[in-house]
Formats: sequence, structure tokens, C-alpha cells
Amino acid sequence: MRREHPFSAPYVAQFTRARATLPGRGLPWLSGLRDRAIERFSSLDFPTPKVEEWKFTNLAPLTKTVFGPGPAKAGEDAGDAVQGFLMEETPCHLLVFVDGRYRPRLSAVGDLPAGAEVTTLAAALKARPDMLESHLGGGTAIDEKPFVALNTAFMADGAVLTLEPGVALDRPVHFLYMASAHEAPVVTHPRTLVLAGRGSAATVLESYIGAGSRTYWTNAVTDVVVDEGAALKHYRLQAEGAKAFHIAATEVRLARDSRYESFVLAVGGRLARNEIAASLNGINIDCRLSGAYLARDRQHIDNTTLIDHAQPECHSRQVYKGVLDGKAHAVFQGKIVVRPQAQKTDAHQLNKNLLLSETARVDTKPELEIHADDVKCSHGASVGELDTEALFYLRARGIDAGHARNMLIEAFVGETFEHISSPPMRAHLERMASSWLPSRHQGGAP
Amino acid sequence: MAKKTPLLEVKDLHVKVEGKNILRGIDLTVKAGEVHAVMGPNGSGKSTLAHVLAGREGYEVTKGGVRFAGSDLLAMAPEERAREGLFLAFQYPVEIPGVSGMNFLKSALNEMRKHRRLPELDAMDFLTLAREKMRLLEIDEKLIQRAVNVGFSGGEKKRNEVFQMAMLEPRLAVLDETDSGLDIDALKIVANGVNSMRSPDRAIILITHYQRLLDYVVPDKVHVLAHGRIAKSGGRKLALELEKKGYGAFGQSAASVAA
Repeated sequence: MRREHPFSAPYVAQFTRARATLPGRGLPWLSGLRDRAIERFSSLDFPTPKVEEWKFTNLAPLTKTVFGPGPAKAGEDAGDAVQGFLMEETPCHLLVFVDGRYRPRLSAVGDLPAGAEVTTLAAALKARPDMLESHLGGGTAIDEKPFVALNTAFMADGAVLTLEPGVALDRPVHFLYMASAHEAPVVTHPRTLVLAGRGSAATVLESYIGAGSRTYWTNAVTDVVVDEGAALKHYRLQAEGAKAFHIAATEVRLARDSRYESFVLAVGGRLARNEIAASLNGINIDCRLSGAYLARDRQHIDNTTLIDHAQPECHSRQVYKGVLDGKAHAVFQGKIVVRPQAQKTDAHQLNKNLLLSETARVDTKPELEIHADDVKCSHGASVGELDTEALFYLRARGIDAGHARNMLIEAFVGETFEHISSPPMRAHLERMASSWLPSRHQGGAP
Repeated sequence: MAKKTPLLEVKDLHVKVEGKNILRGIDLTVKAGEVHAVMGPNGSGKSTLAHVLAGREGYEVTKGGVRFAGSDLLAMAPEERAREGLFLAFQYPVEIPGVSGMNFLKSALNEMRKHRRLPELDAMDFLTLAREKMRLLEIDEKLIQRAVNVGFSGGEKKRNEVFQMAMLEPRLAVLDETDSGLDIDALKIVANGVNSMRSPDRAIILITHYQRLLDYVVPDKVHVLAHGRIAKSGGRKLALELEKKGYGAFGQSAASVAA
């Protein structure tokens, strides 16, 4: 049912004004795609909790503010803020975007092997528009997901990685999206594209970070295509500012014999939703999604996954763990679909939560939709508190209460990091997670 | 510390657990250099005494008090008690998945050292010290690489408690039924570890149901706990007497109070 005054209306008006200035305006397919996308967004509008997929994540706080496009020129003060989020001791192919715009001076692409390209969406739209056409508008996501549609209408820049068949990158690729401090509330629509050709291999980290305590909105979309026999390790850090909104959707298409490993660490934002939808479109695919979320105060962090087993003999594994303090609210919605022809599917899902306060809340919803009979599928979910026996044991050995709590929290969530098979990436994300634990910084003083 | 101040002074200690009176007026004085055995049937209040001393939550002291080296023990948080030199060997050591024994014990030891104004040990020095103590207790070195007590056998858990005691060098060690569930070889190893800790500066309280441990760790004093009070105190002979006659003489047989 349409609202009388849809929340989408200001964005439709903004689109009408911006349409002529968006990148790739000379490309008829793109202009058509943008028009179709804004039309879909207009009719889908901001979902209410009555929409099943958004039942536990109420977007009312997001609709209270009308976010505008960023200023023509981003501030120059972003360099220092970026430093703390770079990988230590591991050289990367680095692209940095500030407020949605590519910042070459903060970036370091470095040397790439032949057949590998790291570039920006704006540059690719000029140089290789045909390659983008089949990947940006191909899926059904814009018809069903309002924020993918909104991103598609406005997308102006973002990172692009393409690997020709057989190309393997030694170094990780790091795409860092940073929001700088603004007076006015700004929305950006970063669009990331990873195309891993047949038999290629790469490790990619996307970081979404925010400086300052201003309200802004990141509306990110990432498209991933992993071709036959390719292996992609795809990691994500969400460390947005305390008042930020972060809505992200990752669409993953996997071909036969491919491997996909994802880890999402979410620590930031006032309201954050990270959605991953993976289609397993061939046999013998190995798809692993894992993640950790750490929230406090009034943070709301939503992880929503969909694994669509469309073909036989594929494996999928999901392990998500969360720690919630204060009045934080976490959501885990994990859906596994096994289509009739997807026999010999092996799919497992696990979600565990640790509540540190009586006011923290978790909604965990596994959903299995199985249409084949010869499959192994399982799911598990738990919500618990810190073990008071263990806490006393640690304190009885002279470890103060705060440090003891942190040891137990780290032990609980630490297990998920074992699912990160890239050692430098594991070390980096563990470092990013440990900064969340407050008494780490107090040096354990009594 | 002045020489005449007892290390531990428990005076008229009354404790309630979940509304029930468990300890009904304990008096116990332990001086540095002494080994005391506190014996008694199940339900007599032995473990409650151990837990109250260590500072576990859920125990309500309704009367009396405890001084440790002259300070009010009950006013201290559990970690403060430990840093002041009180050690409880748990009857049921807790399994802590995800926390390595090494990380745990190094953190604990360095808390003690900070409190005693000693420099913290780095990983190398810690390991050297740990290896020495593990040899004494015949503990496999791999044990402290693993998560605390996870997957340990009953005997390994008990030996691990005594190993921690040896590492942390407390002024007062309270061993809560550390002997229970041990076979004779493991009992000898544990007793050997405890004996190696005997020193003029340190006191040890052995809480036990059976006198078997006392064949190997000979106490200076033996106390019989019944109905939440010390019913009788004496020397080594009292334990042997109990072995013969049982706790029936104290109006509380093991069978009648077993929950």
C-alpha cells in the first residue's frame, strides 16, 4: 500500500535534479536502468516492519531525516582518520573513497599482474561500459530490494576489481569507504563490483568507516561474480560513526567449483543492516559466510543472509556471533533455500549471541526452505549471558572484574575469527574488534 | 606484618545461603607456617566456608567477620583477596572455552606481581617458570596451551589447581576437596605439590571429607565441622579417630546429610 506522502519522495525529487549530472549519462542502457531503479524505489518505498524481510529492523529513525547529496568537494582532512583502518604490515592494492568520491592521493593501487584490474566505477564507465552493463543491472535485486534500487539510481562511484581467467593476486585488495564530518546529513551510494574470472583467486576487504559524530547514511551495494573454479575471500568491516545509518546489500553469484569465503565484522553505526545473498548456480560450490557483531548503547545491527542452493552437491556454512551491551539490538535472519534439483546439498547455519545487559535484545530467525529430499541441512541459534562461574574463577585468581569480562567476551567472539583463512586479514579484523572492548584501553588498572 | 598477627582470623562467622543458615558461628585462627585440616561430612558447611573466604557471590554473612593479615577480608572483592595472597583451589575447577591456560595464568600472575610491585613477566620468563612447576606436578606442558580446564580429566583439573597455586605463591591456600576423585598416584603427586609449598610464611587449609590426604600432607591441626560449627579441634590423631568412628559422633552421619 502506498503512503500518501512516501518517504521516497524527496529522493525521487533529488534524482530528477541530479539525473543529468550522474556519470555515464551518454549510455542509454544506464540512463534506462537508473530510471527503472528510481521508479522501483518510489513504488517500494522505505519498508515498514510489516514487510517480512524488515520485521525486526524498524527504519523509522532513518526516515526522520532527509539525506542530501554530498558537497561538490570533500574535505581534505580525511587522511589521518583513514590511517587507523589500514592493514598493518601487509601491502595492499588500496582504493580510498571519501564521501563517495575516489581520492587518488589517499589510494595506492600498486602493481598488478597482467589480467588484473583495480579501478573505479566512474573510470570503468568511461573505459569499459559494455563490461559493466551485464553486471550492474543483470539481477532481480532492484525489483525486490528498495535500497539496491536507490543505489542503482544514484550510483556515481565505487571500486571495481576484475580478474581475467587464471589470475591470482598475492596481495589483498582493500576498498575503503570513509565518511567525513559534515554539518548537513549526507547519503552516499557506493557501488562495488568484483568479477573473478574462471580459476582466478583474490582476497578483498571492504571497509566502511566514519569520522566524527555526525548523522549520515551509507547505502552500499556490492556485486560479486565468482566464475568456475575461482576462489574469492571477501571480508568486510563496518565501523561507521556512532550516529550513522548503514544499509548494505551484497549480491553474490557463484559458478560451479568455485569457493567463496565471507566474513563481516560489524561494530559501528546507529542502525546498520548488512545483507548478503549468495546464489549457488553450479555444482560443487563451497560457500562460507561468517561474522561477528559487537554493539552497545542504542546500536541496532542487522545481519541478513540468503543462501540459494540452486544446483546439487554444494556446501554452505554460516557462523555468526554477536555480543550486545547496553540497549543494543541485534538481528540475525538467515535463510537457506534448497531448490528441487539441488540434491546432496550440505548446508549449516549457526548464530550465537552473548548479552551483557538485561536491556540488550536479539532477534534470531533461521529459515530453511528445502525442496529436495537428499540433503543435509541444520541450523542452531542461542542467546546467553556471561558465565558467572567462569567470571568468579578468573577473579579468584586476581584478575579484575572488567578484564575477566573482556577475556570471556573475547573467548566467545574469538572463535568466529578462526573462519578467516587469510592470516593477515584475521589479525587485522581481530585488531579492529579488540578496540571495541573498553577496558582494553585502561591497561587493566585496578 | 607483625609476627603475632594471625594470617587468618575467623570469628563467630554466620552465613546464609538462599535463606538457609549454613555456617552458625565458626571460629578459626590460622598462623603463618601452619597446615590446618577442616574435615566434615557432606553438608556440614566445608565448601561454604571456602567460598565465603574466596568471595563468591550469593553468600550472606549475617554475623561475625574474617580478618586476613589484619585486614577485613569480607570487605574485599575476590580479585583483591587473591592479590593479597589468598588462593582457593576449587573443588570443581571451571572450564573456560576460548581462554588459553597460558593467557589466563600469565594475566593472573602479572596481576599478583603488579600488586607486589614486582616487574611483570614476559612470555619467555613466564614459560620458564611454568615449565619448572609443571614438572613438579607432572603436568603435560601442552595442557596450558589449551583452553582452561576444557577437556581435562578430573585428575588433570585438580593438578592444574595445585599448579596454579605453585605459580601464584599465595600466603594462604585453601584447598577445597582437592583430594576427592583422585587415584592414589595422582593423590601422591598433589600431596607432593602441596608439601613443596609448605613454608614458615605460608598457611594451608585442607578441606576434606577423608583423612587419606592427611597421610601424605600431615596437618598441624585438625578441625571437625558439623552443623555449621567447629565441633572439635585437635591434632593429627583426631583425623585418624574420625577414620575409625566416622562423623556419627558429631550427630551428623555422612549418609543422613547427603543431598
